[in-house]
Amino acid sequence: MQPDLWTLYAHMLRSRLFEEAVSKLWHDGLVSGEMHLGTGEEAIVAGVVSQLRDGDAMALDHRGTAALLVRGVDPVAILREMLGRPDGLCGGMGGHMHLYSRPDLTASSGIVGAAGPTAAGFALAAQHAGAGAVAVGFFGDGAMNQGMLMESLNLASVWNLPVVFVCKDDGWAITTRSEGMSGADPSERARGLGIPPVEVDGRDVSEVWEAARAAIARARSGGGPSFLRARCVHLEGHFLGFQLKKIADEPFKEMSGMALPLTRSLLRRGGGALRERTAGLKEVLAAVRSTLRDARRDEANDPIRHAREALLAEAGRLKELEDGIEREVGDALEAALEEATP
Amino acid sequence: MRTSFFTQAVDDALAQAMGEDPDIVVFGEDVPLLRRNLLVRFGPARVRGAPISESAFLGAGVAAAMAGLRPVVELYMVDFLGVCMDALLNHAAKVETFSGGRWSAPVVVRAPCSGGYGDGGQHGQSLWGWLAHIPGLSVVVPSTPADAGGLMLAALRHDGPVVFLEPKLLSETWLEFLGSGGRKTVDYDVPADGAKGSVPDRWEPIPFGRAALRRHGGDVTIVGVGVGVHRAIEAAHALEAEGISADVLDLRTVAPLDRTAVEASVARTGRLLVVDEDYEAFGLSGELSALVLEAGLPCRYGRVCTRTTIPFARHLEDETLPNAERIRAGVRKLMG
Repeated sequence: MQPDLWTLYAHMLRSRLFEEAVSKLWHDGLVSGEMHLGTGEEAIVAGVVSQLRDGDAMALDHRGTAALLVRGVDPVAILREMLGRPDGLCGGMGGHMHLYSRPDLTASSGIVGAAGPTAAGFALAAQHAGAGAVAVGFFGDGAMNQGMLMESLNLASVWNLPVVFVCKDDGWAITTRSEGMSGADPSERARGLGIPPVEVDGRDVSEVWEAARAAIARARSGGGPSFLRARCVHLEGHFLGFQLKKIADEPFKEMSGMALPLTRSLLRRGGGALRERTAGLKEVLAAVRSTLRDARRDEANDPIRHAREALLAEAGRLKELEDGIEREVGDALEAALEEATP
Repeated sequence: MRTSFFTQAVDDALAQAMGEDPDIVVFGEDVPLLRRNLLVRFGPARVRGAPISESAFLGAGVAAAMAGLRPVVELYMVDFLGVCMDALLNHAAKVETFSGGRWSAPVVVRAPCSGGYGDGGQHGQSLWGWLAHIPGLSVVVPSTPADAGGLMLAALRHDGPVVFLEPKLLSETWLEFLGSGGRKTVDYDVPADGAKGSVPDRWEPIPFGRAALRRHGGDVTIVGVGVGVHRAIEAAHALEAEGISADVLDLRTVAPLDRTAVEASVARTGRLLVVDEDYEAFGLSGELSALVLEAGLPCRYGRVCTRTTIPFARHLEDETLPNAERIRAGVRKLMG
């Protein structure tokens, strides 16, 4: 069986345009607080979620919008939730980190790693029901260091739970590189706990789809949990307004605000010896350097561009599809901003 | 004297203490970025980033404190203590008793707290009552830059575990990081006197358990911490026009609680209104009612607190958290 690239591309593009609309609302000040977008992980979400069916469950992290869209949740309700409206998906009470959809057995959390136990619990209920339903848990590589997630891998392993753990690995844990924060590779950890890991390029929707298909089939048939590690690049960094991305985009503007206090602290009497201070400065500069060379700046990492290239041969059909989705998202945005009907 | 922002004051007092005590170390998630000014002055051995493993690094902070370090363990938000509560509840808070008073864990847990910037109910809680409930923990909630620095210094010298909470609405860095993200299009109700103010040139510790009387009045005692203090002052100003004068008492530390200051004020006014951004049930507000009852003070009592999970929607959040309007209504009710 082959993935239907047209359908997957439609899911991805819809997610992207939707999140760009969310970004605009946030920048316009219509959405308060933080905003974590999933731009850059659309291939992972589409490749996995498009294969779920009624009765399957999802445990989402703080970037759950795309998964809800692919699952078929009303985009207007999601937008209205972010606007804090009473007619939003959760009555305006949850916001983007706490999106719930009961009919889809889908729960989100802003607590890093919480998708682990939630996915395991949904899978336990599915196992109990015995109807072949599965649960999927989405989390980042930073969450791999959270105790509750590691414990959940073990729990799913010993209880043989029908769950697919999906690690969206972008190499970053908030503002620190994961490699400096993780003692071993995520896949090796899963293997160590008895769960077979599968590595895929999370920018390639077909690759994700194939791997997810096998993992979901395995769970449905009582084969137990799987661990899917999909590498990706978050185009907006950890969240909108992300300091490291701002440095990458406008190094001189952002660094000028940081430089003066840094220099003052570096030269301040009292404190570490020169060697220690130099080591500290090196660490800060290394972070800035790695930000400037960040993969987020490379458009080749955009999963949507990647998928689109394969469809270019049928330019007419592609244009029709893209125009349709653009209209659809535009209409959803317009509808979301309409005054609530009493 | 000079002026300082809130978090700048905490960092400055911390830097002063680190210059004097080489055993003070700082760690937590994103610390290399958030505390980069400390990193370049004290080096990576004393200022280090941690994986997203709160139960491990907070638990390690407790034991490191037992072994002689003075760790300042940073959590992203007090809400995330839920992930690692065991380290505080069953270890840090118990060491002194379990060792028969022979050992303690002088760890400082530094965490942003409270809401008012629309980040939802998992990222805007206050939780100081929940923490102060546990014997053995000190819980600090400053309301001004001067207090924030002085109390941080006291926390670093305290011989036991301290939870040091920074209201995000007062913190220039946290509000920028989590609330605005650099946007000019959002506007939060930031109490100006709490966000920026004069601070001493050289920090001195402000002792725990000593409340500050922010405003003198004779008719009613309004007690609070953090942003609640500023909301109370705002309400007290407005009440003046109605001929009502209010004491506003800033507890500064929830544990230990300055019982004497509360009793003295309530003995004069005969009316107590508690303003508490933490949850209403089984918390600071109830504790203060017990305090006046135990002291045998005749007193009319009311409270303006957070009753429910904090809604994401901004207008609902503003109604849920204590605001000046609710405080005024609460006072009027006591005057009737």
